[in-house]
Amino acid sequence: MSDTVLFALEAALNGLTVGIMYSLVALGFVLIFKASGIFNFAQGVMALFAALTLVGIQTGQVPFSHLINAALGTNIHDFGFTLPAILSIPLTVGVMVLMALLIERLVLKHLVNQEPIILFMATIGLAYFLEGLGDIMWGAEVKPLDVGIPQGMSSTVDEFTYNLFGYGFYIDVLSLWALGIAAVLVTALVVFSQYTKQGRALRAVADDHQAALSVGISLRFIWVLTWSIAGIVALVAGIMWGSKSGVQFSLSLIALKALPVLILGGFTSIPGAIVGGLLIGVGEKLFDFFMQPIIGGATENWFAYMLALVFLLFRPQGLFGEKIIERV
Amino acid sequence: MLYREAGDFKTSYASDNQTFPIRGDRMAYWAVLAVAFLVVPFVLGDYWANAVVIPFLIYVIAALGLNLLIGYTGLLSLGTAAFMAVGAYATYKLTTAFPGMNIYLVFLLSGVVTAAVGVLFGLPSLKIKGFYLAVATLAAQFFLIWLFTRVEWFYNHSPTGQIAMPERSMFGITITGAAASSTAVYMTCLIFVVVMAWLARNLTRGTLGRTWMAIRDMDIAAEIIGVNPLIAKLSAFAVSSFFVGVAGALMFGVYLGAAEAGEAFSINKSFLVLFMVIIGGLGSILGSFLGAAFLVVLPVLLKLLLVDGFGWPADLARHLEVMIIGALIIVVLIAEPHGMAALWRTMKEKLRLWPFPH
Repeated sequence: MSDTVLFALEAALNGLTVGIMYSLVALGFVLIFKASGIFNFAQGVMALFAALTLVGIQTGQVPFSHLINAALGTNIHDFGFTLPAILSIPLTVGVMVLMALLIERLVLKHLVNQEPIILFMATIGLAYFLEGLGDIMWGAEVKPLDVGIPQGMSSTVDEFTYNLFGYGFYIDVLSLWALGIAAVLVTALVVFSQYTKQGRALRAVADDHQAALSVGISLRFIWVLTWSIAGIVALVAGIMWGSKSGVQFSLSLIALKALPVLILGGFTSIPGAIVGGLLIGVGEKLFDFFMQPIIGGATENWFAYMLALVFLLFRPQGLFGEKIIERV
Repeated sequence: MLYREAGDFKTSYASDNQTFPIRGDRMAYWAVLAVAFLVVPFVLGDYWANAVVIPFLIYVIAALGLNLLIGYTGLLSLGTAAFMAVGAYATYKLTTAFPGMNIYLVFLLSGVVTAAVGVLFGLPSLKIKGFYLAVATLAAQFFLIWLFTRVEWFYNHSPTGQIAMPERSMFGITITGAAASSTAVYMTCLIFVVVMAWLARNLTRGTLGRTWMAIRDMDIAAEIIGVNPLIAKLSAFAVSSFFVGVAGALMFGVYLGAAEAGEAFSINKSFLVLFMVIIGGLGSILGSFLGAAFLVVLPVLLKLLLVDGFGWPADLARHLEVMIIGALIIVVLIAEPHGMAALWRTMKEKLRLWPFPH
């Protein structure tokens, strides 16, 4: 095979691994959108917040230490102990569940029956709030995150492809892990929604709010449940991004890419989120690879959005979404 | 006792239809204008001009533009900063290409250029709405900023990638560039704000504004009663982008003086203007003023209080500000979806009846 094809193939594979990250964030969007019809702009920031919390708990930081130090003139930073990942991850999950509870109590409950666009703007506010809160709680500097996932180049892939094509592909081990974890996560979600009582309630709510209410399903409980699940998905996404490039603010910007992913895959489809994420990941890498000599680099910044724009013009419901029917 | 319509008799249709039907409002309007034109320029210090007043005036124009789109037409846009960047780069290209051109004309033409770009990115709004459209406008945000940082023609191949405003003057008064006095800058911004607010107010009172509001309230019904959605939506995008473009032109031309697209017009600026519109009041001209004032003053106050007053680190104050803004958005949406303008409206109702309860 010629070099160009090989390079393109490598770029595509790398795109696939980036795409999984997009998928993970998009998955959180879809879960909330299906259950409550809310387009949760804060999903990306939730991933950032979850990752920050995880690092904070792991390294035993005192929450709000900067604020306390500034206000009281003390000089405290951490408790002086570190927690293993096995303990800190469940604790972070607890924090995310608590956050879901608070969001339902303080925000969603008061915005029932508002127009979707109002709810959307409320989640933008939520995104800002969480961003500020995360920074104040744990500090704004870039933090390394290590939960024991191996890093660096995968030598297996390198050797295998070298023997096959005479050119070793550079693939991050972390990306392979992300692939596996994403697969496990999606399977778990499918099993949960198909085979458990709560999962069935979840699907009922997604199908028809009023009908679900009338058969005795508690909407508020379901909302807390979906926001908790979305929080956990955000945590997984946060761990993946954080292990790769450190926990920092840009994580929430990258998560904005999940929006075009949703347009591509459809707002209501879990497989759509996965496929859309992979398509965008591969698409932007290949586009950048082929177009770089012609129009310059860094096209990743906008390619996804332009693709979504084109998609919107021809197939607004996305690849797998339900057809948008407007009734008067 | 003064603030009521009783005794304020209208003798012609023109006076019946005027913008401020109550005498108290009219007097307040002229008083504010008089203070803004005749008093403020002489008492304004450089610090307050640059930290508060000039950014406030520029953001008012941007917020007005966005409000026309979101508040009056119901089309959500997250690409405001990119359209401001279009205005800024258009100003730069026009002033450097035609050095003799009147600078006010340059600002207006920049608005026209932005309007054309806005119409282009508004095309998807004919098929989609709501957050689908929000994502489409995000495309504008990221694509345009990329274009301005990558294509050298836009910044005249300058090695830093920055654009810098050359010095321009009118009637012998320097308006742009480092030598411009803050009074000249203030007057320039003020003139634009007054003219554009007047324009926005009258547009929304007229046929065009009514078609926009019909589209906002229910687009299908609007179509059935004979509103052409193509014209209504695209004109909303054009007018809104014109306002935002002029705001961007002023932001670069008279306020910043030098800018780099990725930094000065990042997505955070889009959100900032959106927040001004939400907090100030969707679908309200006064709301755009109140929202802009609030969000321009808030960081300055917080900084004065926390950093200078308590000696807190500056980044902590900034994070706190982000948090407060986020919380405020949610509180406003829950408690008063029509923003600060609605609070003012309620107050006026009370004032009209004062001192009687009913």
